[in-house]
Amino acid sequence: MMDFFGPEEGHYALALACVLAFCQGIAPFLKRQGRPSFFSPLTPGFAWAHALALLLAFMCLMLAALRDDFSVQNIAENSALAKPLFYKITGIWGNHEGSILLWIVLLSLCSACVSFIHTRHQNPLSRLKRHALGVLGLISAGFDLFCLLTSNPFARLFPMPADGMGMNPLLQDPGLAVHPPLLYAGYVGFVVPFAFAIAALIDGQLTRLWATLVRPWVLAAWALLTCGIALGSWWSYYVLGWGGYWFWDPVENASLIPWLSGTALLHSILVVEKRQSLRIWTALLALATFSFSLSGTFLVRSGILNSVHSFANDPTRGVFILTLLALVVGGALTLFAWRAPSLHDESSFTPLSRESALVLNTLFLCSLCAVVLTGTLYPPFIQLLLGHTLSVGKPFFDSTTIPLTIPLLIAMGIGPALPWLHGSLRTICKRLYPAFLCTCAACIPAFVFLPDRMAALCAVLALWVISSSVLALFHQLRVATHPFRLSRKIWGMTLAHIGVGVTILGLCGMSAAHHTIVAPRLGEHQSLDGLDWQLVSVTDHPGPNYDARVAELRVSRHGHPIAQLHPALRVFSHPHQTISQVAIRSFLTGDLYAVLGSTEHEGQETRYILRLHHNPLAPWIWLGGLIMAGGGLMACPFGRKHTQGTPS
Amino acid sequence: MTLTRRHILAALPLTGAAALGLGFQHILSSMKTGQFDPRAIRTSGEAVPQFPPLSPLPGLKGTIEGIECTSLTQQNKPILLNFWASWCIPCVTELPLLSALAPSLTLWGIAYKDRPERASAFLTRNGQPFERVGQDKDGTAAIEWGVTGVPESILILPGGHVVWHHRAALTHEVITHDLLPLLRPFL
Amino acid sequence: MRFFHSFFLTVLLLSPAASYAVDDPKELLPNPQQEQEAEQIGQQLRCLVCQNESIEESSAPLARDLRKIVRQQLTQGRQKSDILAWMSHRYGNFIQLKPVFNSETALLWLMPFLALGSACALSYRLWFKRPMQARSLQDTALKKD
Repeated sequence: MMDFFGPEEGHYALALACVLAFCQGIAPFLKRQGRPSFFSPLTPGFAWAHALALLLAFMCLMLAALRDDFSVQNIAENSALAKPLFYKITGIWGNHEGSILLWIVLLSLCSACVSFIHTRHQNPLSRLKRHALGVLGLISAGFDLFCLLTSNPFARLFPMPADGMGMNPLLQDPGLAVHPPLLYAGYVGFVVPFAFAIAALIDGQLTRLWATLVRPWVLAAWALLTCGIALGSWWSYYVLGWGGYWFWDPVENASLIPWLSGTALLHSILVVEKRQSLRIWTALLALATFSFSLSGTFLVRSGILNSVHSFANDPTRGVFILTLLALVVGGALTLFAWRAPSLHDESSFTPLSRESALVLNTLFLCSLCAVVLTGTLYPPFIQLLLGHTLSVGKPFFDSTTIPLTIPLLIAMGIGPALPWLHGSLRTICKRLYPAFLCTCAACIPAFVFLPDRMAALCAVLALWVISSSVLALFHQLRVATHPFRLSRKIWGMTLAHIGVGVTILGLCGMSAAHHTIVAPRLGEHQSLDGLDWQLVSVTDHPGPNYDARVAELRVSRHGHPIAQLHPALRVFSHPHQTISQVAIRSFLTGDLYAVLGSTEHEGQETRYILRLHHNPLAPWIWLGGLIMAGGGLMACPFGRKHTQGTPS
Repeated sequence: MTLTRRHILAALPLTGAAALGLGFQHILSSMKTGQFDPRAIRTSGEAVPQFPPLSPLPGLKGTIEGIECTSLTQQNKPILLNFWASWCIPCVTELPLLSALAPSLTLWGIAYKDRPERASAFLTRNGQPFERVGQDKDGTAAIEWGVTGVPESILILPGGHVVWHHRAALTHEVITHDLLPLLRPFL
Repeated sequence: MRFFHSFFLTVLLLSPAASYAVDDPKELLPNPQQEQEAEQIGQQLRCLVCQNESIEESSAPLARDLRKIVRQQLTQGRQKSDILAWMSHRYGNFIQLKPVFNSETALLWLMPFLALGSACALSYRLWFKRPMQARSLQDTALKKD
C-alpha cells in the first residue's frame, strides 16, 4: 500500500515517542523497598524504542515530502511540485517544525547510544548510566511534547492546496543539506555529558572513571559542532555572496557560545581524568555547555534576539520553550548548587604544569564565552531595563574578542610542552626554543604583508601554535617506540591545535582581502590585486526551477590565465525571488570570488555590474575547522570498554 | 574555604540563570502585548531637524502648500507629520485612521520616494487628510528626520518640539494610548 | 520597514537575507584611500531595516542612501567621528554597531576585564592558596596511566 507510513502514522509515532521517553525518564528512578524496581533494567529498551519511534516519525515526514502530500501544512508551506528531489529531502529540516523533529531524533539517538555503553551489573558505573539515561529520557519527553504540542510537523491543512508555496531559494543549496544536521548533532551531543554530570551529582560519583566515560562524548559532540559551525560559515560565505564569513549575529553567537564552553569542558575534563581535580568546575561546564546549546537553539526561535536568521517567530511558543528551559537548566543548576559544595578537590597545582596550562586555557575560553554572551544578550536586556535600544555588532566583537584570543594562543603553544604535576622552566625553554625562533622569523613577513597590526600579531601567534604543536609531537614521537604506539589522544590534540592555527591564519589572511565593484562591457578588462579580470560573455541558461544569467570571467596574472569564474543570477519563479550565485575559485593561497549584479543599459551599451573579491588564505578558515574536527574525532577513544571500573 | 562561602559560590550560576530567565520571561510577555519590539529605534531629537524644503504635490484638489522647516517651527498648534508612499500597503490601511484624526489634529504628509502623479492619484483615491503635502523624492528629508521607512508618524508641538515618533502604521490602540494623551493640553 | 519585516518572517531556518550590495560603481569614491575609509565607517553603521547587517553589506534602499551620505560627507572633509555623530543624532545609538562607552554600556565594555580578572583570581587561588597534599598518592595514580 502506498498510503502506509503516511502523516497519521508519523503523528502517532511522535505521540508514542513522548510516552516512551517519559517511561525512560522515570523507570531508573523508581524504587521498591529501597531497591531499583522491576522497570529499572528496562530503561535501555525504552531508549531504543523511543529512538525507533522517532525515526519512524521522521521517515513518515520524509515520505510525505517525497509524495508531495500538501495536506500536511508543513509540506505545503515549504515544498512545491517543481522542487528538485534532493531539496525535498533536505527541505525537511529547512523549517521550524522539521528542524525540531530532527533535533529530537538526534537526542533520542544519543540516548540509544548511551544505552549501548557496556557496564558490568551492580558496578557504580552502571548506576551512573541508568541515572543518565533517566535524565536523557526526561529531557527527551519535554522536547517531544514541545514538538507535538506547539510545532507539530504533521499538522494537516484543509482544503489541500494543489501546489506548495515553495522553499526559499537561498536554502536550496547542498551546504544546507549537511549543515543543520551536523550542527544539531553537535548541540545535542553535549546532552550526554550533561546527563552524566547530573547523574554524577545525584550519586556523588564524580570520579576519574566518570571523566574517562564522558570524555569521548564531549570530543565527538565538540567535533560535530566544530564541523557544523565551519560549514555554516562556509555556507554564508559562498551562498550569501557578501564576501564575509561571520556576521557576529545572535544565531551564530548561539553556536559559538556552546563551542567555547565545550572546548573549555574538553580541556578541564582532562584534569579530572588525570588528577581528579577541578571537578566542580568541570561539572559546571558540562551543565553550562548543554544549557547554552539549548538556549541557543530555542531562544532564537522565540524572536527575542534581533537576528538575520529569522524563524517564524512566535512568542506563545516562546513561553513553552522558556518553561522547558527553566525546568532543564534551572533543575540542573539547583542540583549543582545543592551537591557541588560537597565535592572536594584534593590536589593542588604548581603554576608550571600541564594541569595549570589546562586551567588557564579553560579560564581564557570562559572569558571569551562570557564576552560573547554579554554582547549577545546586552541589547535586549538594556531595552528591558532602561528602555533604550542599542546595537552590539561585528566591530564590538572584533575589538573585544581578538585581544582575548592572544593570551589563549600563547598558552596554547606552551601547554602541550609542559609535563603533568611539575615542570621546570629550563626544560620548557629548551624544548620550545626552535618554535620561538620560527615565530620570531615569521614576524617580519607578517607585519610587512598584513596591513592590520592586530591581524599580523595573531598570524604570528598562529604560527607559534602550529610550530610548538609540531615540536611537541616530535618530542612525543622520539619518546615513543613506534609512531603507531603513540596514543591517539596526542595525535588528535596536535591535529586540533594545528587546526586552530590554520583557521587563525585564514582569518588573518582575510583581513587583507580586497574587493571592488565594477561595471564592465563585454570583453573589458579590470584589475584587482595585480590580477586581470576579463568579462568574456554573459549568457542565459534555464535551470530546473529557475532561469539563470551566467557571466564568464577570465582571470589572469601577468598574462597567464589562472581561473575561469561563472557568477550567475538565478530568477526563481516559485516563490518569485532573484538569487545571486557566487562564483568562487579556491587556491591554497586564497580565493577569487565574483558576484554578478544587475545589468545596466546606457543607450547602445550594456554594462554588467560585478563585485570582485580577492580573499587571501580564505579556504584555510574552513580547512582549519575540518582539521580541528578531525583531531577531535581522532582523539575519541570509542570502542574502549569501561568495564574495568572499580569504585575509587 | 568556609562552608557558607562554597554554597554561595555554587549557587551563583543558578542565580544568574534565574535572572536571565526572568528577564526573558518579561520580554516575551511584553512582546505579546506589543510593548517590546527588539527592533525599535528611539531618538532623542527634541528640535525639528534642518531639512531641505519639500515642494508641493501637484495634481491635488485645491491649493496645498509644500513643507519647509520654518513653517513647521512657526506653528502655534500641534502637527502630526506622516511619511507615506503610494507603494506602501500599510499606508492604505492607515489613511482612514488619519482621516478620522484630521478634524481635531493638523496633519502634514510627506510622500517618501514616490512619483508625484502616483502619489496624488493615491490620495485622490483613498482620501486626503493632509493640510500640507510635501515630496521627498530622494529620501534625504526622511533621513534628516531619522525615518527608516513608511509609514512613520511624528508629533510636533508648538515651537517645533518633536515629542513622539512612531515607527509603524498607526493603529486605533496606538492613537488612543500613545498619541491622544500627548495632545490633551491642546484639545 | 514593514515590508522588510514581513519579508524576514517568511525567511526560515538559518537564512540571512539576500545580502549582496552590488550597486552602481559610480557611487564609489574615486580616491581608493577615501573609499576605504568610507567602507570602514559604513561597517560601523547598522542597516536599520535589516537585521544585524552593516550598511556596507546590505542591499536595502535605506542602506544605499546612508552609504551615499557617508561618502558625500567624507568628500566634504568631515571626520569619521563627525559622521558617526551625525548618524546617531538622527537614528539614535541603535545605528552604531560598536556601542559608545557610557554608563549604559560600561558593563558590556568592562566584561573582558571582569572576566579576565576573575579568571586570574581563580587561578591564583588554585595555585597558591590550596594546601599541597597527597602528592605521593597522585604520583602513583599518574604512573598507572
